[in-house]
Amino acid sequence: MELLNRYRNVTVLLVVILAQLVLLGYQVRSGQDVRLIRVWAVTAVTPVAKVIESVRSTTAGWVGKYIWLRGVADENKRLRAETGKLKLSNQYLESELQSANRVQNLAAYQARSPSQTALARVIGTGAGANSRVVFIDRGSHGGVMRGMAVITPDGIVGKVIAAYPTASQVLLIDDPTFAAGVISQKHRVRGTVRGLGQSKCMVDYIQNEEQVDPGEWFYTSGDDGVFPKGLPVGSVAVVRPGNPGKQVFLVPSGLQGGLEEVLVVLEGVHQPIPDQPLANTAVRLQPPPAEAAAPLPGPGEGVLTTEADRLRARYQRLGQAQGHKFGEGAPGSKPPDFNLNPDEAAARGSTPAAATGQNAAPAAPQAPGAPAAGSKPESAPGPVQETPKPSPPPPRPATAKPPNP
Amino acid sequence: MSDLRDRILIGSARERGAARFRRWGLIAVPLAAILFQVYVRRFSDFVAYLELPLLVTVYFALLRRSQVAGIFIGAGIGLVQDSLSHQPLGMFGLIKTLVGYFAASVGMRFDVDQVAMRFVLALFFFIFHQFFYWVLARALLGQQAVFDMQQTFFAGLLNAAVGIALYYFLDKLKERA
Repeated sequence: MELLNRYRNVTVLLVVILAQLVLLGYQVRSGQDVRLIRVWAVTAVTPVAKVIESVRSTTAGWVGKYIWLRGVADENKRLRAETGKLKLSNQYLESELQSANRVQNLAAYQARSPSQTALARVIGTGAGANSRVVFIDRGSHGGVMRGMAVITPDGIVGKVIAAYPTASQVLLIDDPTFAAGVISQKHRVRGTVRGLGQSKCMVDYIQNEEQVDPGEWFYTSGDDGVFPKGLPVGSVAVVRPGNPGKQVFLVPSGLQGGLEEVLVVLEGVHQPIPDQPLANTAVRLQPPPAEAAAPLPGPGEGVLTTEADRLRARYQRLGQAQGHKFGEGAPGSKPPDFNLNPDEAAARGSTPAAATGQNAAPAAPQAPGAPAAGSKPESAPGPVQETPKPSPPPPRPATAKPPNP
Repeated sequence: MSDLRDRILIGSARERGAARFRRWGLIAVPLAAILFQVYVRRFSDFVAYLELPLLVTVYFALLRRSQVAGIFIGAGIGLVQDSLSHQPLGMFGLIKTLVGYFAASVGMRFDVDQVAMRFVLALFFFIFHQFFYWVLARALLGQQAVFDMQQTFFAGLLNAAVGIALYYFLDKLKERA
């Protein structure tokens, strides 16, 4: 015992180490865990860890939401800049898409047109303030020569007045110095279209005796040696007699909707003037007014628009009041009296059909105070004319409903 | 020479066991060290190099200057650490029992309040701890563990540096008798 006391510390060390070695050896040899000790340790530690985690997450959330808000401001600024860039990019892409669609339409027209054409893009306008000249990105290297026609699927645009190696100058149809031979579609009237420096062009050399209708289309006649025959030029907006000739103003169809891509006619082929108006010409129709979208009122309903409608309604009311059905009487039979007042006739002679609502015409406007049709159910059926003195209508009960029209 | 010896070695019984730790600290500090090992390690791999339970074991063993107390402190902290690990119970318990015993033995003979002494002890016991863990892992568990001396040394330096700061903080919690 004294020995143990003397070596107490070493003894305790050995005992503790031995105990842990036994514990360790038991676990290793048996492959089982001493679950109880672990449960104690985990039970002691995890609640504290849970509290710490809760505090940490709350603190971190608060710090993240409020302390670092200045970062949010910077991020907001950056995102706004990014949104602006994306909007610009989007606009650019939409523009490119529209351009691609236009080019696709041009290519389709190019494929079906008998003339040999070359696609070109408008890259600039003339320097003058009233300049009706544009530059296209195809020049003499691309086969473009002075005097060639420039068109779009909608109509002629102008003609090449100068061809440079990489670009060409095009005089537009609305330039005052522009002129081209045209022919009208319907009456085959020939003339010369020239620009006015405005949105409309004028067709000269048409006699007052010649007929041109508003809306009529003019096509190139092929007489000028520039434009092949059969290309649309525009539709007539205004026609009036003038001196020395008729004044015909055209809306040039080739310049409508902006000018981005055009076709240069490298080798033109004359085509016949189509007999029908252009099928691909877009015509905008106004939507119908709201009241027109509703079903039209029947005879006797609402507002009658013509005298014939009023007369028809009047005859129907007279026939109904006199028990006459139109279209059923034999030839020579007595027709209804059309000279009667419809309101009086309806008041005097109501028929069973009118009383019960059978074959009743739609409700007609009645004079104030006039009894309603069918308010005499006890009256005998028969022609109205045969009841010269109709009995007064019986007093209407308070709960009586007006007859069904 | 005599002054240096007096400064390093404890010269009187008055100094021995004069420092006492607050009672709640004896539970809270080891628990906090183990929690740190378990919880904070999630957020940083750098923390994996720290062995706070070992540093706390050394501190309390040095503070108590009692070998028996060092044994039980080391065994207790080690077993709790074992319980929260995937190893069989007793691995950390055995090693920290030895650490507690030897740290207390050192604390009985040297003045361990000096920073340099604490630094050296923390470094030494960290290497001792890692080495014995490697030995036990190979001998008792049959694991093919690797002992990287260089990495262990640098990790020991890190732990010693952290230990200095930790011990300074824990000294504030001491109460003088």
